[in-house]
Amino acid sequence: MHFSSFSDFIAMGGYGFFVWLAFGVSIVAMLMIIGESLYQRKSLKHYVHDEVKRKARIAAMKDKQRSEQEA
Amino acid sequence: MTHPLISLFQRDLALAYKQRAELLQPIMFFLLVITLFPLGIGPGPETLQKVGPGVIWVAALLSSLLGMDRLFREDFQDGSLEQLMLSGASLSWVVLVKVAAHWLSTTLPLLILSPILALFLNLTEAMYVSLIATLLLGTPILSLIGAIAVALTVGLQRGGVLLSLLLLPIFIPLLIFATSAVDAAALSLPYNGQLGIIAALFLLALALSPAATAFALRVSQN
Amino acid sequence: MWKWLHPYAKTEEAYKLSQTLLPWFGISALIALVAGFAWGLLFAPADYQQGDSFRIIYIHVPSALMSMGAYSAMAIAAFIGLVWQIRPAFMTMIAIAPVGAVVTFVALFTGAAWGKPMWGTWWVWDARLTSELILLFLYLGVIALYKSFDDKQQAGKAAGVMAIVGVVNLPIIHFSVEWWNTLHQGATISKFAKPSIATEMLWPLLISLFGMAMYIGYVTLLRLQNEIIRREAHRPWVIALMREDKE
Repeated sequence: MHFSSFSDFIAMGGYGFFVWLAFGVSIVAMLMIIGESLYQRKSLKHYVHDEVKRKARIAAMKDKQRSEQEA
Repeated sequence: MTHPLISLFQRDLALAYKQRAELLQPIMFFLLVITLFPLGIGPGPETLQKVGPGVIWVAALLSSLLGMDRLFREDFQDGSLEQLMLSGASLSWVVLVKVAAHWLSTTLPLLILSPILALFLNLTEAMYVSLIATLLLGTPILSLIGAIAVALTVGLQRGGVLLSLLLLPIFIPLLIFATSAVDAAALSLPYNGQLGIIAALFLLALALSPAATAFALRVSQN
Repeated sequence: MWKWLHPYAKTEEAYKLSQTLLPWFGISALIALVAGFAWGLLFAPADYQQGDSFRIIYIHVPSALMSMGAYSAMAIAAFIGLVWQIRPAFMTMIAIAPVGAVVTFVALFTGAAWGKPMWGTWWVWDARLTSELILLFLYLGVIALYKSFDDKQQAGKAAGVMAIVGVVNLPIIHFSVEWWNTLHQGATISKFAKPSIATEMLWPLLISLFGMAMYIGYVTLLRLQNEIIRREAHRPWVIALMREDKE
């Protein structure tokens, strides 16, 4: 262990602000792109489900029309 | 009977001559940008001499981007590009001929105007000679590499800004070597090295760009 | 020789493969990055010249190296796609681009945050930072080109050509910027360029480097799957898969 106390660790020999800024912003940016990808996945899932439902509705409507015409 | 590539070359030049008013616009832009700099940073002869080469080259980059679109756009829109593709002539050669005609009609006038710039920006004679040398060797690279990006964006509705976004980062090495050649000339140092590198870049672009452009045109034509 | 690649030219196989690989990349990225950063921040000795500000190296250098690596990987994927007409290769290419841009941003930001205590300003036209900035523009150009096509098949090809043009230019850009830098600036920053690295500093650096590579791989796979779902949304296997996932 290089640092003798926790506050030493946070202070980083006087460079704390820069070290933590660099690591903090980087990690946030790296997590944000993961979050964005997962969010995309979620909306894609909704999109696929909605498409399936829409197709089912269209098919149902066509069936209904056909049976009405036959009647 | 003339060779089809030669008649294509003649056709492109004739078309450019007919549209000369439009061709003048990028050159006007070039002159205007150069005029803005002394007004923006002050007319001190030494300052101007110091920033001159960089300013001229940046202005040349920007104005060449303005005219770049013409390389394929009209031919793409009126379908003559498709005819050229079907004609059986090697598309790489067609590209090379079109780039050559484009360079002659858009960039050469700019080079002819350049003595005025030397006066405007207080360049010494040695600087002027090296500037002409770098422009002569460097601007064909702009046209050759630009052709690839134009071919990629030609099918898009708004390709103009995108073209600049794609091309400017790629032009950076050329800018660096060209301005440093002129800087070296200002200190009366030899600049053969820089010219050699620019010539190497030119040969690289000449070897790779026609094939890449031809491929890109096929992608755009789908 | 390329026989083993062929099954993955089908999007379904590519999806399954990325599904198998995903947890491995994710877990190793998490472990390696946490271990590398913790080792670097807690246990590695401070630099005798730069003190503890030197610890930014454990994120700056991996991200700088990997941003270049990711660009090459993107160009290789584009090349495979263009030569062998493999669709998932284009999808991989466009999956890498946003991660690559983020990693390039990380390299730029950490470089600036390291530069402030070292040089006294946030931004210096140092060779590595300038190269990274241009690299960021190249990434953004590829993404912008891809986004401006409606036909994604065409978009993949066009962005692929651009990625390859960029990768041919990357060494030239790097060399020219380095040369330009030595021309305009003296030795003031050379101590930043090559810190003498002791073994106990090197190990955490290598671990973070590995972690960064795994991280890029993880996000790429995640986005590749998204791309496959988006492009194949009407295929029965995608619909079945999405239904399975909901439960």
